[in-house]
Amino acid sequence: MFVRGLKRKCFDGEEDIEGTLAGIKAIPSYNLQRQSLLDMSLVKLQLCHMLVEPNLCRSVLIANTVRQIQEEMTQDGTWQMINTQSTGQASLDRLVSTDILCRSSREQAEGKHVPGYSTFNKDFEGDQTQDSSETMSTASSVQAPRNLQSNVWEMENSQENKGNFQKSLDQIFETLENKSPNSVEDLFSEVDNSYYDLDTMLTGMMSNTKMGHCDGLETFTSPATTTSNSNCKSDLNELDHIVEILVES
Amino acid sequence: ADIISTVEFNHTGELLATGDKGGRVVIFQREQESKNQPHRRGEYNVYSTFQSHEPEFDYLKSLEIEEKINKIRWLPQQNAAYFLLSTNDKTVKLWKVSERDKRPEGYNLKDEDGRLRDPSMITVLRVPVLRPMDLMVEATPRRVFANAHTYHINSISVNSDYETYMSADDLRINLWNFEITNQSFNIVDIKPANMEELTEVITAAEFHPHHCNTFVYSSSKGTIRLCDMRTSALCDHHAKFFEEPEDPSNRSFFSEIISSISDVKFSHSGRYIMTRDYLTVKVWDLNMENRPIETYQVHDYLRSKLCSLYENDCIFDKFECVWNGSDSVIMTGSYNNFFRMFDRNTKRDVTLEASRENSKPRAILKPRKVCVGGKRRKDEISVDSLDFSKKILHTAWHPSENIIAVAATNNLYIFQDKVN
Repeated sequence: MFVRGLKRKCFDGEEDIEGTLAGIKAIPSYNLQRQSLLDMSLVKLQLCHMLVEPNLCRSVLIANTVRQIQEEMTQDGTWQMINTQSTGQASLDRLVSTDILCRSSREQAEGKHVPGYSTFNKDFEGDQTQDSSETMSTASSVQAPRNLQSNVWEMENSQENKGNFQKSLDQIFETLENKSPNSVEDLFSEVDNSYYDLDTMLTGMMSNTKMGHCDGLETFTSPATTTSNSNCKSDLNELDHIVEILVES
Repeated sequence: ADIISTVEFNHTGELLATGDKGGRVVIFQREQESKNQPHRRGEYNVYSTFQSHEPEFDYLKSLEIEEKINKIRWLPQQNAAYFLLSTNDKTVKLWKVSERDKRPEGYNLKDEDGRLRDPSMITVLRVPVLRPMDLMVEATPRRVFANAHTYHINSISVNSDYETYMSADDLRINLWNFEITNQSFNIVDIKPANMEELTEVITAAEFHPHHCNTFVYSSSKGTIRLCDMRTSALCDHHAKFFEEPEDPSNRSFFSEIISSISDVKFSHSGRYIMTRDYLTVKVWDLNMENRPIETYQVHDYLRSKLCSLYENDCIFDKFECVWNGSDSVIMTGSYNNFFRMFDRNTKRDVTLEASRENSKPRAILKPRKVCVGGKRRKDEISVDSLDFSKKILHTAWHPSENIIAVAATNNLYIFQDKVN
């Protein structure tokens, strides 16, 4: 198993630094790939929403995968939304080896205790104060990456972002649902403003990630220039279309 | 030729129907075996072609409704005509396919071209007689069952009472009577009150072959529910719940996606159900809910490629599976135009390929092998050379003989047992 391999090296002293460094480089790779899987899934979901007739089964499966990643990242304490670019690591391109992600989750094997949402920030702060050299020698290999990452990567206010993210995920289903309104009034009801958040979030991510592999992204308009109104726009277009038909008749 | 989206033999195996992405249905009929050419054991030729569904536009939602035929199911034959159900995402249609080989001639009031005769010119009365004509096969839509599904229809199943059938979409299953088109009963509804809570959808459904009160439906979470319509009008509560416990050592982010069941089929005996998920085919005994009795690996070498398959969307491909007439062999498709057969008794399996390049007509199919790692033997194909655009999603098995129909994108292959 990938992470188990690191256990064999105890942080002994300078001689082992190189080995450990190699280990350090390797560990973020799992998180990196998990992050890129998350990015890819969100892109797929967004694409689902934009397609003419979203395939509900596919959307549900992708959304469940996203939730799963989110939960695991919460457990890990590596929940972070943006700025993979700041560390000089693009995401989708790095999805070279599928080995790591396709292997069974090490968390299950270790039976880690899941920190609750409410205590999340507290745990995080607690970890940051720990000396990184100490944690390298702990038996739990999962501790190591968390603390390293807290030093290496910038952490946003994760609590808020999680909340936004969950809400945004819900928006997708709401909108999928709203595609089939029961009455004409539903169509003309106000566009939910919180939907802008999903777009802002994805826009932030999109500008930092490379989209080499997904063909469907060619249809995805350049996010850098879209405003937060872009998703509102698709709904408005729908309204325009309907009004057009009504007027013409 | 368009991409074939469904293949189905009728109950005698005399007819084979295919539906395609363009909304067309093509029916093949088996030739009568002739003593003159005994080696040509009943080949299938085109019998009828008709446009079943047209593309539609839903103005209210501003969405196009695809005309692609998702499923075809035959009704058992009760008179000279053949009846089948065909469905796209939203509408089910009952088609009557009948032959006409005689036509009446000698009308009094109109001539052979159909023009009205001048009554004053008629001096003699005659009785019209039926005269033979070239065989003509007509397909007429007899019923249209529309406007009952908000979501996409994935399955239809004719009940053993031959009076009712069900249609299933992502969240609901409706029960219809063949005679009534403006009403249907909703028998399963898994739509949550709050769509944000949606985590599971219906992927396939089928009636029990003998018990008209029993049906099963499968879900995207890898579960199968068996329902009894006698217990209540709305079958939201299952009578049996089939789920295999998850193997924790195999768990990954893709576990749920690959556990999603793409097809469920009762055995002919009615004792077993077979389910297809992304990597395996499972046989379940109706009397045992906690695990399948048999599991067959279709293409386990893809397990380490799940991430790429997720990226290119292949992981969402919905493969079907079929039983042979005696329930001893099961068959399902794979990639690279490969399809697999598993003999449940001998536990042997074979991989065959449906492709013109690699087999001549009437030649025996050569078993294929995918090489997983290390040295690749001659004739083996390595996993990385597999063509994932050539997928065999739809196959069918003759109800009593060893004749199979395999749909490879836009080509239909029919294979038979070799007889010496």
